[in-house]
Amino acid sequence: MIAGIDPHTLLPTAKGESSSQGLNAAQPKEKKDLVFVNIGPSHPATHGTLRALCALDGETIVAAVTEIGYLHRGFEKDTEVHTFQQCIPYTDRLNYVSAIMNNVGFCKAVERMLAIQVPERALYIRVITCELNRIIDHLVCAGANLVDIGALTNFWYSFNVREKVYNILEKLCGARLTSSYMRIGGLSRDVYPAFEDEVIAVLKEIRKGVQDVKKLISTNRIFLDRARDICVISGEKAIQYGWTGPTLRASGVEYDLRRAEPYYHYEDFKFDVPIGTIGDVYDRIFIRFYEIDESIHIIEQALRKLPGGPVMTDDKRVALPPKQQTYGNIEGLMNHFKIIMHGICPEPGEIYDATEAANGELGFTIVSDGSKNPYRIKCRPPCFMNFAAYHEMIEGVIIADAVANLGSINIIAGELDR
Amino acid sequence: MDQQAILEKLKTLLPEAIKGSADRYGQLEVQVERLKIAEVVKALRDDPEVGFNLLIDIVSVDYSNYPGWTGDRFGVIYHLKSLGLGHRAWLKVTTPEEEPSVPTISHLYGNADWLEREAFDQMGIRFAHHPNLKRILNHHEFVGHPLRKDYPITRRQWLSANESLMDEMNARLNKKGYV
Repeated sequence: MIAGIDPHTLLPTAKGESSSQGLNAAQPKEKKDLVFVNIGPSHPATHGTLRALCALDGETIVAAVTEIGYLHRGFEKDTEVHTFQQCIPYTDRLNYVSAIMNNVGFCKAVERMLAIQVPERALYIRVITCELNRIIDHLVCAGANLVDIGALTNFWYSFNVREKVYNILEKLCGARLTSSYMRIGGLSRDVYPAFEDEVIAVLKEIRKGVQDVKKLISTNRIFLDRARDICVISGEKAIQYGWTGPTLRASGVEYDLRRAEPYYHYEDFKFDVPIGTIGDVYDRIFIRFYEIDESIHIIEQALRKLPGGPVMTDDKRVALPPKQQTYGNIEGLMNHFKIIMHGICPEPGEIYDATEAANGELGFTIVSDGSKNPYRIKCRPPCFMNFAAYHEMIEGVIIADAVANLGSINIIAGELDR
Repeated sequence: MDQQAILEKLKTLLPEAIKGSADRYGQLEVQVERLKIAEVVKALRDDPEVGFNLLIDIVSVDYSNYPGWTGDRFGVIYHLKSLGLGHRAWLKVTTPEEEPSVPTISHLYGNADWLEREAFDQMGIRFAHHPNLKRILNHHEFVGHPLRKDYPITRRQWLSANESLMDEMNARLNKKGYV
């Protein structure tokens, strides 16, 4: 530690300041008066395996430290012994609430390394499926958060529509949670014929679900007391902790990669970037409802513009040839063999590429040595930064508020621990 | 500010700290003298024209198996971004195999604390003057650093005891004036 500087606040530390002032001067604060309680690692309110050790004075948390890693399974090490294509199912398991967004984040980075032009139709379908995933991620976050503070009905309202979105995803790729729908260079398959109508129908239901939830909570005294002015984090502090995504925007900082560094034609879509005012639990819940509205707008525009054509590039470095060619001529057979046996080999180099996932900036740093396996992949999980600030946010509040706050920063253990 | 301007700016701020630069698919990489990294990051953060106020990520790389690599074994990459001005860059330092050590930047960014712990845990790079350089993702009894290229992916370890966390808790309580 650097002498005289508090690493968390960056302010000079004044030794013994609090114990020599006011009423506390006579009675020093003693550790033996505190009760130490573990929240987690396995607890319904942590929605995953997280641990916070809290020192309690009465019901108030005076100090907290957190521990992560309970779901660490070596994603980064695993990718080093798999080919680039084989990494895609591993990315599903990062943020398993919005798996397709991780697929897209990873594929986009590799595609940039290979300078591959993804067909327009695939880009629009990526936008549509990503925004659907953003919606269900936000519904899970807000729904589960409201359960934690005692509002169970909202959970059904938001999870009902989430199930309907999962029905669509299941028809798209055969899996509900771990989709692996993307491929390097496009999609695994085109959408099914009734896709557009079903998406339009589900958007209507999402609107209704969100409206129902909002009706239940927006003037609900219990909710407002539980959420307003709780665990406030200023924009400055949020930036200091590297926050991105809805939690940063809830603190009033307008930063959205879809706007700041547009990709996949996001610059052509009309949508607003909602921001919060003070960055309390209330802002972090409601910003997600507003973002759902914006995602619905984006999906509607993308469906209107959805072009025809292929959904997979014909670049021979990444795309398997059509089966007629594989079985019909030697060149097709060789291409097939090359991709299956030798894999996709980007030029040696290093890249960082990021997308705006539901939780914030999802970045992949990929180091390639020119072989079929990535030399090193580092995933930047957005909620890692959120949870790094958690212990500081819950000091001074009661346990119940700490639980409300944990839901609002949307920690997904899959991407937190990798 | 475009890449060239950031590089020029850095060269005027701390000319002795810059070892080289590269273009990484459109992003600027600046190779920085290892022991100067904290100064460089601080200068770039506080300079109003650069204003890198967001630490995006810290990435550790073990180059020991990299074909044709002749430099130091470990690399540490700092991804930086300016929210107000919109530009990005990354800084890279390398550190030798024996006693890999890099000055900490945990006093400059809140999230650097955990990101540096992760690089220490996974790659065994020490961050000098870090306030709490413990393992973060792996179990505290874990032996070795799994992302090093010489750590076999199939190696298993028996890890049993919980971590009490009271060492961190006591430090935190002491700071808050508890005795």
